Amino acid sequence: MDTAVTLEAPRALLELRGDPGFATRNRLALRDVREGVRLLPLAWTLGWLDIRLRYRGSMLGPLWLTLSTGIMVGTLGYLYAAIFHTDVQDYLPFIALSIVLWGFLSAVVAEACTAFTESEGIVRAMRMPFFLFAVRLLIRNVLVLAHNILVIAVVYVVFQLWPGWNGLLAIPGLLLWGIDALGLVLLLGTFCARFRDILPIVSSVMQIAFFVTPVIWKPEQLGTDHALLSLNPFFDLLEIVRAPLLGTLPGADVWLGAGLSSLVLWALAWSLFTRARGRIAFWI
Amino acid sequence: MNNPRIFVEDISVSFPLYHGNARSLKKTVIAAASGRLGRDQQHRVVVQALREISFSLNGGDRLGLIGANGAGKTTLLRTLAGIYEPVTGRMEVRGSVGALLDISLGMNPELTGRENIMLRGLYNGLSRTAVTRLEQDVAEFAGLGDFLDLPVRIYSAGMMVRLGFALATAIRPEILLMDEWILAGDAEFLERARERLEAMVQSADILVLSSHDTDIIKEWCSRVIWLDQGRLRLDGSPDCVVDAYLGRTEQPAMAAAIAG
Repeated sequence: MDTAVTLEAPRALLELRGDPGFATRNRLALRDVREGVRLLPLAWTLGWLDIRLRYRGSMLGPLWLTLSTGIMVGTLGYLYAAIFHTDVQDYLPFIALSIVLWGFLSAVVAEACTAFTESEGIVRAMRMPFFLFAVRLLIRNVLVLAHNILVIAVVYVVFQLWPGWNGLLAIPGLLLWGIDALGLVLLLGTFCARFRDILPIVSSVMQIAFFVTPVIWKPEQLGTDHALLSLNPFFDLLEIVRAPLLGTLPGADVWLGAGLSSLVLWALAWSLFTRARGRIAFWI
Repeated sequence: MNNPRIFVEDISVSFPLYHGNARSLKKTVIAAASGRLGRDQQHRVVVQALREISFSLNGGDRLGLIGANGAGKTTLLRTLAGIYEPVTGRMEVRGSVGALLDISLGMNPELTGRENIMLRGLYNGLSRTAVTRLEQDVAEFAGLGDFLDLPVRIYSAGMMVRLGFALATAIRPEILLMDEWILAGDAEFLERARERLEAMVQSADILVLSSHDTDIIKEWCSRVIWLDQGRLRLDGSPDCVVDAYLGRTEQPAMAAAIAG
């Protein structure tokens, strides 16, 4: 049989040194990030396949996401509007945004823990930049978010709301979320590959965070104490996207809090990733 | 870029063994708090998979790796592929690398054969058009028909070998790192596959082959390294090293035969 195999693998140069110094570690980690970004088409395909696999064989496919979020928003919206004695007209758009955005945040945090371990097969089969798995996770969750945005759109249409030009200010917030998600994978992905009991710790922290952060309740309901809220990084990060979409502007302290916590996150992520990157393959 | 080459100097690779307690953050924190971390680190079980290995290969070299199970052959291949990074020493691998280390090649069992082919192409940095060519080539050679659109999870072992083999031999690297699984498989398929494999081996500039089959090693390799418990025991021409290796391993068997 004629097998015309003419495909060639791309050439590369791999230089490694045992016990590398600080500069070498940084250079290798930067290279990892660069190569991960260059493999964007692959990350996109992997992200899409993750979603398709989750819903393979189901009738609605990824639209299940939209449907279940819609039902959740609808029921919680009416229930809590009654519990809090507030107007549904006012509360339902708030809870719709909160649930969708918090869903993104908590999914990113939870999945960051398994980002490297779930790719064990490929990590042990060939040299791959770890940053690729971070980009894949981000793409996967942005796709989920895109499905859930439909719910918000429906709520906005039904209640005839429009955030106005302020809504555009959610864009820098969303960009910061993307950057944070990538850092989070480098941090938690590496950490969880080494210590397997981080995952349950992270999920309980996220559960507490859900209740102490104004997700289902509004910040104003705290009364005079709500200045303290900006010490909660989850509140700052949530607010920089949610407030503009509700037509208000987050205060400077909120932006400052969000920026600072992102900076701390990336500083931690980078110092861990540069130190441990070469060992991840041994751990998973 | 220059000619393909592999340069390895004094590399050591060690595996931390995390069984039970060492994986737990709680145990580590408690150990640190009670001042036991130092002792724990010293007492941590570490497997020295490779110890101070040095060699270099240039274009045209065909290196065979022999040694008992657990001698470090696969670890050395993984290190050359850049999957494991050495703990000490220095290495340089120049050229495109193809690593055929295990049959699954990082395939996702939930995805269909076709999707796995596409992913493999993308992992190797191929363009979209090249991925389409790869898909046609693999589909034709593996001869799986409609099974290609079913999840790999339901494949029989034989079908898995066909797909894995077709995929592994479709992309030609300059440096080919090969574990012996590729020589396994049903005889009928192997006959058909052998030609394709030999063409691939010949087109590669550098071959590193790990195998227990000393006949294959003698036939394909121009140089052999005998690994023993992670150390380089002997490095030389195939005849010389293989004979020394067989001489050692056959002695106990002969002694047993005489005693029996």
